[in-house]
Amino acid sequence: MDSAFIIEKSVVILVVFALTMIMAMYSTWAERKVAAFLQDRVGPNRAGWGGLLQPLADGLKLFSKEEFSPNTPNKFLFVVGPAIAMSTALMTSAVIPWGDKLHLFGRDILLQATDIDNALLYIFAVVSVGVYGIMIGGWASNNKFSLMGAVRAASQMVSYEVAMGLSMIALLMMTGTLSLREISAQQAGMNWNVFYQPVSFLIFLICAFAETNRTPFDLAECESELIGGYHTEYSSMKMGFYLFAEYANMFISSAILAVLFFGGYNYPGMQWMVENVGVNTANILGFLALFIKICGFIFFYMWVRWTIPRFRYDQLMHLGWKVLIPLAILNIMVTGICLLLFK
Amino acid sequence: MSTTIQNISLSGRKKQVSNKEMTFLENLYLVAIVKGLLITIKHFFRKKVTIHYPEQVREMSSVYRGQHQLKRDEQGRENCTACGLCALSCPAEAITMKAAERKPNEKHLYREEKYAEIYEINMLRCIFCGLCEEACPKDAIYLTTSKVLVPSSYEREDFIFGKDKLVMPLDIAMQNAQLKNAN
Repeated sequence: MDSAFIIEKSVVILVVFALTMIMAMYSTWAERKVAAFLQDRVGPNRAGWGGLLQPLADGLKLFSKEEFSPNTPNKFLFVVGPAIAMSTALMTSAVIPWGDKLHLFGRDILLQATDIDNALLYIFAVVSVGVYGIMIGGWASNNKFSLMGAVRAASQMVSYEVAMGLSMIALLMMTGTLSLREISAQQAGMNWNVFYQPVSFLIFLICAFAETNRTPFDLAECESELIGGYHTEYSSMKMGFYLFAEYANMFISSAILAVLFFGGYNYPGMQWMVENVGVNTANILGFLALFIKICGFIFFYMWVRWTIPRFRYDQLMHLGWKVLIPLAILNIMVTGICLLLFK
Repeated sequence: MSTTIQNISLSGRKKQVSNKEMTFLENLYLVAIVKGLLITIKHFFRKKVTIHYPEQVREMSSVYRGQHQLKRDEQGRENCTACGLCALSCPAEAITMKAAERKPNEKHLYREEKYAEIYEINMLRCIFCGLCEEACPKDAIYLTTSKVLVPSSYEREDFIFGKDKLVMPLDIAMQNAQLKNAN
């Protein structure tokens, strides 16, 4: 462990952290803009050009709001809830390969906070801890609506995590590795996994919607029935943390979708760029390619939100247990047969 | 006879409801979801209907009744003779006035021998029905010509509009007269 290595990693971690925060911030702006455009409106356009300073104004507003806490015996848990939600949302970004390596100051710098070989398992573990933020917050609020939201979030997370894991197994049978960097590297060129595993992608996409509590699976916080669900009792920046965590989660899950199925940082002609233009330019372009893919997925999340209404609770469970899980198991079997026949 | 009446669709969009079982493809909902997504994305590129208010102001209808205006004639003299018909016709009792006699040196200010010394409209009482305009025999009061809305305020007293706010500015009266002569 030399000091240069520590500095390099610190810089990468700082940049990834800042990137996640900024993306979460501007996702709130983008959400409002996309919502407005899909409804023939123009959206926020007063603060800064095209409303670009709106997230800062919103953040300032949340910071200056009154800090209210309900009459609950669990004051400590009430604070722990949003903290868990926020930290798990930010922890996932550690294993995502944002690009191939850069060659700077005579060193190869990996554009990834850490390249662990079981990255995918790590992501699953951290994401499932994320539901504790919602559950603890809802429980500590001492409010029946919050508790109902928390219970819904927990059961939804449990149901969809199974289907998500099973859909991943089919993909892992093909890739043979859990490291996200290797999975990205395998998809060089246009060798994207989505062409080989469309069903797995579809299941994963649906489960990602459910895991991030986005419409049509936003039963945990449905405003119309549960008045905000688990964050009904929250105000000020604790509320802000919950909302922020949702957008950070959305960004991270978009990144995972892009890395697993849409080739990560690969783009057509990347090999040619590396040989003829230079490693650094080619890999910065690779980062941009990944970024564009992520933005595309974030836009898709918002697009779906303003198209499909919320599921009823029994429909949600029906879809999770009776449709997605059998489909995922079938997909595993078909993948296994194909692997046996063609390899 | 009854069957023919049942088949008439006034809106042209009448549809028979059917209870048929959904096919496998419909059961997946994927086709329906994609159709929905296409509809929403069409709206994404559509022209926006928003009017950016302080910069763009929506045009008022030519018969929109806004703040009242007491008119002047072509020579800039006030039309109102304080006859009180507007106050009488007002269903909300928003108009008060006090008449006064015109002095010989005020001939350029008022058209007839009697004029309104005080003319006040309580904008909180006014319902903008336009009956004062209809009642006026001298074409003195109009709600359609000012093209302004009564501005908001914190004090109730601010809503009692006197002659300073109601009478048409002199320069506009002269402009109107010039326009009339030019035509």
